[in-house]
Amino acid sequence: MTKKIKNLNLNFGPQHPAAHGVLRLILELDGEVVEKADPHIGLLHRGTEKLIENKTYMQAVPYFDRLDYVAPMNQEHAFALAVEKILKIDVPIRAQYIRVIFCEIGRILSHILNVTTQALDVGALTPSLWGFEERETLMTFYERASGSRLHANYFRAGGVHQDLPKGLEEDIAKFCETFPKIINDLESLLTDNRIFKQRNVDIGVVTKEDALDYSFSGVMIRGSGVPWDLRKSQPYDCYESLDFKIPVGKNGDCYDRYLCRIEEMKESVSIIKQCLAKMEKGPIKSLDGKISPPPKAEIKQSMEALIHHFKLFTEGYRVPKDEIYTAVEAPKGEFGVYLISDGSSKPYKCKIRAPGFSHLQSMDYLIKGHMLADVPAVLGSLDIVFGEVDR
Amino acid sequence: MKTLEDLEKKINSELTTKINNTEIKHNQIYIETDKEDILDIVIFLKTNQDTKFRQLVDITVVDYPEQNQRFEVVYLFLSHEFNQRLIVKYLIGENEVIPSLTSIFPSANWMEREVFDMYGVSFKDHPDLRRILTDYGFEGHPLRKDFPLTGHSEVRYSEDQKKVISEPVKLEQNYRNFDYESPWEGTKYIKEEIANNDKKN
Repeated sequence: MTKKIKNLNLNFGPQHPAAHGVLRLILELDGEVVEKADPHIGLLHRGTEKLIENKTYMQAVPYFDRLDYVAPMNQEHAFALAVEKILKIDVPIRAQYIRVIFCEIGRILSHILNVTTQALDVGALTPSLWGFEERETLMTFYERASGSRLHANYFRAGGVHQDLPKGLEEDIAKFCETFPKIINDLESLLTDNRIFKQRNVDIGVVTKEDALDYSFSGVMIRGSGVPWDLRKSQPYDCYESLDFKIPVGKNGDCYDRYLCRIEEMKESVSIIKQCLAKMEKGPIKSLDGKISPPPKAEIKQSMEALIHHFKLFTEGYRVPKDEIYTAVEAPKGEFGVYLISDGSSKPYKCKIRAPGFSHLQSMDYLIKGHMLADVPAVLGSLDIVFGEVDR
Repeated sequence: MKTLEDLEKKINSELTTKINNTEIKHNQIYIETDKEDILDIVIFLKTNQDTKFRQLVDITVVDYPEQNQRFEVVYLFLSHEFNQRLIVKYLIGENEVIPSLTSIFPSANWMEREVFDMYGVSFKDHPDLRRILTDYGFEGHPLRKDFPLTGHSEVRYSEDQKKVISEPVKLEQNYRNFDYESPWEGTKYIKEEIANNDKKN
């Protein structure tokens, strides 16, 4: 007698803590083995690109915070660079250092969240408690510089919004002294942990070829052994003058990606230290009054400053007709902005290239043949944030 | 190819008939072509030893509603080996079907689905052309320039029917698009008026 066995369809999410947000994953299971995975995304779609087309260049910046809300300033950076290149304006050196410091803080923020929640997904609670304490410290740095913990709206075309408040540089330097110990503590909990290794080693293996074919970037491609980092290969701002290493994985599995992230955090700390050492006093935004708004005090005295202020916050600055693709190395991978300007004060089109989008797309390829329990482990190591996947 | 100029020469000599125009700006190379030649060009760029554009970064469409051929399809490529970026573009009309790149780059799958969702451009030979970002049962293509920013329908939970329902958008105040253009440079209607008066006189 033969019995017909039907595969089981399982809905994973959108209300599942290990789905890292609003992912609806439809899994086809044969016993406990996943045969097919079909991610349904778009539950957090807010029409960012459409909204940006209807806002001035300055008003578009806050939308970038809301993409990958774990590392907001890295996204703003891509947009600021795109506009700067079209306008052909130079960024003062101090502003470049400030931007790099906050981008690296964003990288640490993102990697702490990812590493610790990945550990949480495979059953370790403590790392997330330790890690989140550090994230809180970092977010106070964000708050002191920009006024808000998450949605900073701090970078501008031509520099940053305002200078760092008194004492912040010293506090960031202090953090750089204490933080490496926290990384070591996290590592002592995870790196040689038997359960953590059993859950991650040889899970979700990506070969070099497939990493290229599936448009992977960031840790996902470096974990597979491709030494590619935009900060090194296509340097922007002051990355060229800084000394840092690119950690590369060997096997392309979840465990190697975890190791890469840990090493990257250490490199980020060293980058921040170098920036703090090299930073000097000076202007923090472009001095061109047609692009960056005047200081408040000047508005009371100077007619020209008043006019500039009024024009910048009503019409905004105009950007000549051009098109450009600029990418930065965001914590999750290559974050790009394809910007088309038409000479008016609003972008004609602004396509956002989010790394998570192409990473999540490969879910079916990564998870086929794995057990159901590996789904959260693989998903965790992809480093998905739905703000940027759904846009 | 070491430099972008070499690459431009190489592409122009190898694909003479298929390329309409090439341009180098912002340290990137922009290529204009036609719908029919896109597959050949992409295969060449991916496999040739001197180009090696092994990664498809993104696919998108730009909408120019006033043009005869309304959509411009844009492909962004990256070559890790030579550290170069390349952009391929071509124009299509509103109801044209374009070839899918999924057989060459598996990552084109979702990118093309997004283009289909946002602009309504259809792809030939795509394995699974469904909407991706918008809601189940959504109508229209949001990134087209003639789609209103406020959308057509809104969703809410109805206490009477005990389910989520979709209704036409009702706004207390319509979306207002202010004209901020500098008046001293003359807004369009003033310029037209002046031009008309000049003609009369």
